[in-house]
Amino acid sequence: MIRLFLTRDSAALAVGADDVAQAISAEAQARKVDVTLSRTSSRGLLWLEPFVEVETPSGRVGYGPVSAEDVKGLFDGGFLEGAVHPLCQGKTDDIPFLKNQERLTFARAGLTEPVSVEQYMAHGGFAGLKKALAMAGGEIVKEVTDSGLRGRGGAGFPAGIKWKTVHDFTADQKYVCCNADEGDSGTFADRMVMEGDPLMLIEGMTIAGVASGATRGYIYIRSEYPHAIETMKAAIAAAGAAKWLGPNIQGTDKSFTLEVRRGAGAYICGEETAMLESLEGKRGMVRAKPPIPAITGLFGKPTIINNVLTFAAVPYILAKGGKAYADHGMGRSRGTLPFQLAGNIKHGGLVEKAFGVTLGQLINDFGGGTFTGRPVRAVQVGGPLGAYVPVAQLDLPMDYEAFAAKAAMVGHGGIVVFDDSVDMAAQARFAMEFCAIESCGKCTPCRIGSTRGMEVIDRIVADENRAANTALLEDLCQTMVDGSLCAMGGLTPMPVMSALKHFPEDFTRAKRLAAE
Amino acid sequence: MTTKTTIPDFSASAATAAAAVCLRHGNKADALLEILHDLQDDLGHVPEQALPVIARALNLSRAEVYGVATFYHDFHLHPTGRHIIRMCRAEACQSMGGRDLVAMAEKFLNVRMGGTTSDNKVTLEATYCLGLCATAPAMMVDGKVIGRVDAAKLKPILAEVTK
Repeated sequence: MIRLFLTRDSAALAVGADDVAQAISAEAQARKVDVTLSRTSSRGLLWLEPFVEVETPSGRVGYGPVSAEDVKGLFDGGFLEGAVHPLCQGKTDDIPFLKNQERLTFARAGLTEPVSVEQYMAHGGFAGLKKALAMAGGEIVKEVTDSGLRGRGGAGFPAGIKWKTVHDFTADQKYVCCNADEGDSGTFADRMVMEGDPLMLIEGMTIAGVASGATRGYIYIRSEYPHAIETMKAAIAAAGAAKWLGPNIQGTDKSFTLEVRRGAGAYICGEETAMLESLEGKRGMVRAKPPIPAITGLFGKPTIINNVLTFAAVPYILAKGGKAYADHGMGRSRGTLPFQLAGNIKHGGLVEKAFGVTLGQLINDFGGGTFTGRPVRAVQVGGPLGAYVPVAQLDLPMDYEAFAAKAAMVGHGGIVVFDDSVDMAAQARFAMEFCAIESCGKCTPCRIGSTRGMEVIDRIVADENRAANTALLEDLCQTMVDGSLCAMGGLTPMPVMSALKHFPEDFTRAKRLAAE
Repeated sequence: MTTKTTIPDFSASAATAAAAVCLRHGNKADALLEILHDLQDDLGHVPEQALPVIARALNLSRAEVYGVATFYHDFHLHPTGRHIIRMCRAEACQSMGGRDLVAMAEKFLNVRMGGTTSDNKVTLEATYCLGLCATAPAMMVDGKVIGRVDAAKLKPILAEVTK
């Protein structure tokens, strides 16, 4: 029997993976060859999806991107023996994009079927929770603190401090909430965890529950991720059946239950307090802080809120020790970050590397430059609220502090590449427009400033009183930074001001074109 | 592709459906988003007649339920087209020509983003990221994800839904 592997990650489904699976089954049946096709998580080599792997005596050999029409030719060409073919990428483990990564969180990517507890455990799963169940809450918190893990959602707040606050607080009920409202354009690592290795997220959240004394957890998943929602629900059921979740986990006195909640298309619910409101069934209006959610969180109770990638890093930290994780990285940015290469890029996908790798290495060495083959002009890092970085700054190391020093942010590790056809004035205007569409409306600088921002940018581009309007835009941006309740209004100026600073020529393009 | 059924008169059936969905969620107020989702999955939209029923079941005011139903982009208070096309307008898709594709769809369907064609066949909606940013531009047609969209790929999709 020959074993084949093809992911069920939605990035692959979007380019026809199910059709390929069907074609392989049909072709194998017609030829009467005995194959099993395992639908695993994705390797993260998304430009090669649908990526079919064949198990050979010397390891897995990969083929991609495969279309349903290619399948017959692959069988003819002997791909079941790992034969050479125009689509053959060689041994998967030797593909440089994969080989040069440091996968701690995504160690199982492409190897296991998402909902299989058995396969998860065969690849090191639940080792962290097993250890945690025998530890005191304070010891678990210390391990997380020692790892130097910082919130992967974008803010980079030390996870250990958050966990300690909830641990030290006495309450009749505490909660663990996972923010899976991955709304930033250019990011998909949370989705890949939930669709590909959901048990890892369950394990991480359960460890948080055991550490803090919280017995209930929620995963708030955006509705744009139907496959993630489905897989997470199936994984929760599977973990419960295997006694890794629910009452008396693995026969201990520890209990933890998990529930999936769907978002409803509001970007602002990725802000933690808006997410809490939404989880309570309300409008996603941002809460003023303090009080902090660690003390007054969901239903007014102490709540650990972390992003998917933060929780997903925890099983490794518990299994291998905080120090093993902290040994990776630079400065105060410890461990690894799964970077996401997106947009106009030749080799798009997931690159997990220790902090300190430069933006240029990610885009050129891993990404292979732009998809269109034209020169890179701007790179937006950290989602729609992140700065547009010019080519001159591609040597910037991926590190929270190094980026902050350049008025940019690492955020959730999303990297969107633009080629030289981009109009940066249009991108700046879009940042304001997006803020106007998605603002919750609670505070004035964000609600009104965003609309005024669009208008001012329009006037600058139309060359109406340019100098005065540019000064006005800068002043408006400063007001939004200083006066907004949360990061939505507070960070929208970042892409706007970076576009204005690094690409001023684009704001006069209309005038120049008119003059020509 | 799945098609949504639309029934002309909702008042009685909407109330019954809403009450049943609330009960299934234990009449718990914190499940309001789930309730609205389920109701919309069943009926194709959230009829306004359902809102007072939900309010009573969850012990909320009608204003609170209306506030939630109108805050979130997902919920439709009016019937949508039989097919729903959601095109990503976010940055990663923009970098791969998403703006042109949006313009092309608007022109072909003769509606703006958020609108429904006059024959009620298609609702065209903007979405801000489907998490398919490495295979951009991306879109979703009746819940099915599609990546690496270009003009050649978009045309037959639009032709299919308007058939």
